Amino acid sequence: MSTPVPARANAPERYYNYAYLDEQTKRMIRRSILKALAIPGYQVPFGSREMPVPYGWGTGGIQLTAAIIGPDDVYKCIDQGADDTTNAVSIRRFFANVADVATTEDTGEATIIQTRHRIPEKPLKEGQVLVYQVPQPEPLRGLEARETETRAMHAYEEYGLQYVSLYENVSAYGRIAATAGYPVMVEERYLMSPSPIPKFDNPKMAQNEAVMLFGAGREKRIYAVPPFTRVRSLDFEDYPFETQTWEETCALCGAKDSYLDEVILDDAGDKMFVCSDSHHCAERRASGHVGPMAGHTLDQDAALKEPAQ
Amino acid sequence: MAYVSVKGGEKAITHAHQWLAEDRRGDQSVTELEVAQVREQLSLAVDRVMSEGSCYDRDLAALAVKQARGDLPEAIFLLRAYRTTLPRFGASLPVETEAMAVRRRVSAAFKDIPGGQVLGPTFDYTHRLLDFAQAAEGGVAPEPAPQAEEPQAYPMPNIASVFRHEDLLEHDVRADEAPEPYDLTRRPMKFPADRDQRLQALARGDEGFLLSLAYSSQRGWGSTHPLCGEIRMGEVAVEFVPDELGFAIEIGEVTLTECTMLSGFAGSAERPPQYTRGYGLTFGHCERKAMSMAIVDRALRHREVGEQADAPVQDEEFVLYHSDNVEASGFVQHLKLPHYVDFQADLQLIRRLRKEHFERRAALKEAAE
Repeated sequence: MSTPVPARANAPERYYNYAYLDEQTKRMIRRSILKALAIPGYQVPFGSREMPVPYGWGTGGIQLTAAIIGPDDVYKCIDQGADDTTNAVSIRRFFANVADVATTEDTGEATIIQTRHRIPEKPLKEGQVLVYQVPQPEPLRGLEARETETRAMHAYEEYGLQYVSLYENVSAYGRIAATAGYPVMVEERYLMSPSPIPKFDNPKMAQNEAVMLFGAGREKRIYAVPPFTRVRSLDFEDYPFETQTWEETCALCGAKDSYLDEVILDDAGDKMFVCSDSHHCAERRASGHVGPMAGHTLDQDAALKEPAQ
Repeated sequence: MAYVSVKGGEKAITHAHQWLAEDRRGDQSVTELEVAQVREQLSLAVDRVMSEGSCYDRDLAALAVKQARGDLPEAIFLLRAYRTTLPRFGASLPVETEAMAVRRRVSAAFKDIPGGQVLGPTFDYTHRLLDFAQAAEGGVAPEPAPQAEEPQAYPMPNIASVFRHEDLLEHDVRADEAPEPYDLTRRPMKFPADRDQRLQALARGDEGFLLSLAYSSQRGWGSTHPLCGEIRMGEVAVEFVPDELGFAIEIGEVTLTECTMLSGFAGSAERPPQYTRGYGLTFGHCERKAMSMAIVDRALRHREVGEQADAPVQDEEFVLYHSDNVEASGFVQHLKLPHYVDFQADLQLIRRLRKEHFERRAALKEAAE
């Protein structure tokens, strides 16, 4: 279990404005966020700035966080569900430096959670903000390369192409083959990319209590799902939406209902499955849950791990 | 083989950065490179970084080149990430390239043109033979190039002056009350892109990408049959009107490379046959980039002259969306970030499809027997 770590003041990055971006830019981003919240699922073009991390590494999410963060926030950053993945560590460190903000790994304790590719297992609460890093905001991009076309398709709510594509899946594979980045319909109006979260996480978006903000820095788009919004994963009556399930349980905490990562143990085909949400897993183990491989090195690593700085 | 954790953390990052700093420095028995040496002796690298980094500062660009270990897209990225934090005072007046203190100026369209041909400091017509004398330590200072006998024309008329009396070249329309130019560093791409947006995107665009596009155009993939009307390089004054004063003051000088490409236009019902132009402009001395930019600019104007557009170079969305190397480099390289959550989702599907495939085959085999 981690506790918020005291923020470090005046690291070299603090020679920049609070939370890196200048106030004018933050205001511009906040206006875009408000517009996005007012039109759930609609992609708002915004004047995305160059950030000190590369495009594709979370520049959209970082700009959203920078625009909404304040010294009283408690910030959590995950990548693939885990707090200790390299890029999550790097981004968390960035905000600890430039925003003097407390950081945490505890999902319940965070006010802002920035994520790449996952929604935490623990249900989010009112007052929390989930910031998604989005590589490609356009759900139709795989079907239509031109932005001029896809914007028109959204304007006319012309989503036939998407359904045809799902139907082609069904005829080719006997099922809808989308696995991550599975398209959703927001408030029965805008087709939206949930960012490349596994479809396992899609149902968590519906009627969520938290504010969900999506930032695509390179593509210069912000969109949002306000709290208690209808979010429906596309499907057909005879081919209903379904999420991933595992025959295995988490080897460390025994969870049967969490999203699992496959960890290759050797080159003889041995593997174990562990919770992708590292905090969820740690919390379960701390409260006494034991998986079939409890005590494995990975487990000890997690237990001994120093708190993030 | 033991399992190696992909989850890194604080320590790994810190150590990796230390290693990087060590590698950047290289063999410590070799004198460390000074920023001033980069600025003075790798000046074309500095020029490219300023140009695509959209920030005219030789010292910062030189620092970026040093810090990036000579990786120019990385240096461009560093400069952009710095530039983005700078406050904005306003826009300068448009610079006048006719008033350029020209160091180089050539036209391929005419043997001689008003103002003359000025070869200047160029690699053109050098023999690309490695100069081993430069590898020898303690090189001697080069002999100074002789001065011209007569001062060159000032202002230096541009290529348009040659055509002016015949109206052979489309006019460079100059609005008195020009709207504030579109700024891609503050606003996202929009389509169709106007000329200001297109030129800004191209000016910031990757030299290699634009070079290849221009080359593809020359080879027939959307050809504009360009002719290098003029290329010039030199210094121009930058003027700015502060609100407090209400009149223009000179705030500095920048080196620019400008290129005008000419393409014939056979005319339409409304427009007489005429030459059209493609325009390229860069900070510093970036001739390859300026020429490529001019060709691509002209190719993207196909709609104005009613050309058929079916080549990549003529596709505005394709060209403008993919020319920025900071965007491209980041996104291509983000693939080395972990993707195992998505991969797990994919893996599950493939495993299930495989299982079904073999079950189907087994059933077919059984039926056949």
